Amino acid sequence: MLLLMIAPLGIVCAYSLLTRGPYGGVMRPWSIGAYGRLADPLYATILVRSFWISGVTTTLCLVLAFPLALFISRSGRRKNLYLSLVILPFWTSFLIRTYAWMFLLRDTGLINTVLQTLHVVRQPLPLLYNDGAVILGLVYAYLPFAVLPLYATIERMDVTLLEAAADLGARPWQTMLRVMLPLAAPGFIAAGVLVFIPCLGSYLTPDLLGGGKTVLIGNLIQNQFTTARDWPFGAAASLALMALVMVLLAVALRRRREALL
Amino acid sequence: MKRWLSVYAAAAFGFLYLPLLILSAFSFNRSKFTVWEGFSLHWYQAAFADTELSEATVNSLVIALTATVISTIIGTFCAYGLWKKNSRALLGSLYLTLVTPEIVTGISLLAFYQAIFRFLHARLGMHTVILAHVAFSIAYVVVVVMARLRTVDPRLEEAALDLGANEWQAFREVTLPAILPGVAAAALLAFTVSFDDYVITSLVAGVDSETLPMVIYAIARRGVNPVINSLSAMIFFGFGALILISQRLEHRGSA
Repeated sequence: MLLLMIAPLGIVCAYSLLTRGPYGGVMRPWSIGAYGRLADPLYATILVRSFWISGVTTTLCLVLAFPLALFISRSGRRKNLYLSLVILPFWTSFLIRTYAWMFLLRDTGLINTVLQTLHVVRQPLPLLYNDGAVILGLVYAYLPFAVLPLYATIERMDVTLLEAAADLGARPWQTMLRVMLPLAAPGFIAAGVLVFIPCLGSYLTPDLLGGGKTVLIGNLIQNQFTTARDWPFGAAASLALMALVMVLLAVALRRRREALL
Repeated sequence: MKRWLSVYAAAAFGFLYLPLLILSAFSFNRSKFTVWEGFSLHWYQAAFADTELSEATVNSLVIALTATVISTIIGTFCAYGLWKKNSRALLGSLYLTLVTPEIVTGISLLAFYQAIFRFLHARLGMHTVILAHVAFSIAYVVVVVMARLRTVDPRLEEAALDLGANEWQAFREVTLPAILPGVAAAALLAFTVSFDDYVITSLVAGVDSETLPMVIYAIARRGVNPVINSLSAMIFFGFGALILISQRLEHRGSA
């Protein structure tokens, strides 16, 4: 595994320091020019955009996942069945799940057809090929990732604490806000990291549901390696992405340790 | 509160399943458009008659099966090694592969192949795809097998050694049977991630190694095509059944 995964990463490091060859590929001299170009405002916009879309997706996933996780943890013997139901879509093809939304959202897709038949709208709504569609696709894809850690935390939670809050006169929503949510914080962090990281590096969803208009870091890297054939820049961008992921993980892990102490 | 939660959960499951179920329902539609015109198996016939699709399916199956066998064997030994002797470096690199964005894995493998091919005069093809799939599925196998190994009592193997078994016998006769359900689950996971992968495959594939996700992607980019609906329905229900069966087996194994 060292050979298969770490060596390639090492080569990418080397590539990022080389100069672009006349026919694509890489050549000497060594330089850090590729990294300098990352600071270009154009790419900074892509970076900010990636963070924005991943952030919105993560928030939505957490908000949507928490009640579902709560429901599953309170459903007694059916727990395993419901958990399987949450995981099952994750096992089926990512591509097909994305395609299913294309089928629903496009101009002649199901939603627009139904709305037009019912005379709710005259012109088809532009549902596909925008940021909203990308976020929807990402939430759909990564919701299971958020449900599982939240479920695990709620399951481990000391029920007596909730009962104590109720006995001391807290209303259900107060128990929820003051006791349950703070106790679930480690789960929220784990779920957030699990959703945010793949979103940040996502490539297929923005490509298919964003119609190439929503360029995120993943698409930028892919583009540099295929169409633009600027390998050093692509390599620099992927290392920057890796570094971001590492920093996020480190911060999340540290936070979590504090929360556990 | 309880009722609200139930209603919410029903809506959430609807959100997770309706798109796929609607897609599957419309694969039986006679019309090419999103208007229901009657039941027909036309798109299933079209999917089976398409030579490009069937070639890609065969490619995908060959790649996924080979990669599954190789990565399951390597991954199981990897997990076994980690269980016996904790190595921070190996564990670290394991988690590194799991959190690496797919696109970065893909381009680094591509760059790696290109660097090697300068000396070997080889080209991208089925073998590079298989190697790439092995590379990224090992980590999944290790994680699943490790989880199972944690439930095994290390003293059992020590007892076997005391009773005169050599290390290989102790592994084969004692530990392996105990973790077999985990190994099977890991193999299934490796198979699904390999069969499903598009991003990494598309980067390291050669001309002769087009896989099913690559064909689906190419068609999906051009727009919606009912043949893909029928294909999606088959994959969705096929894999769904496979997973449910495997979960049954796993629960039986651990009970």
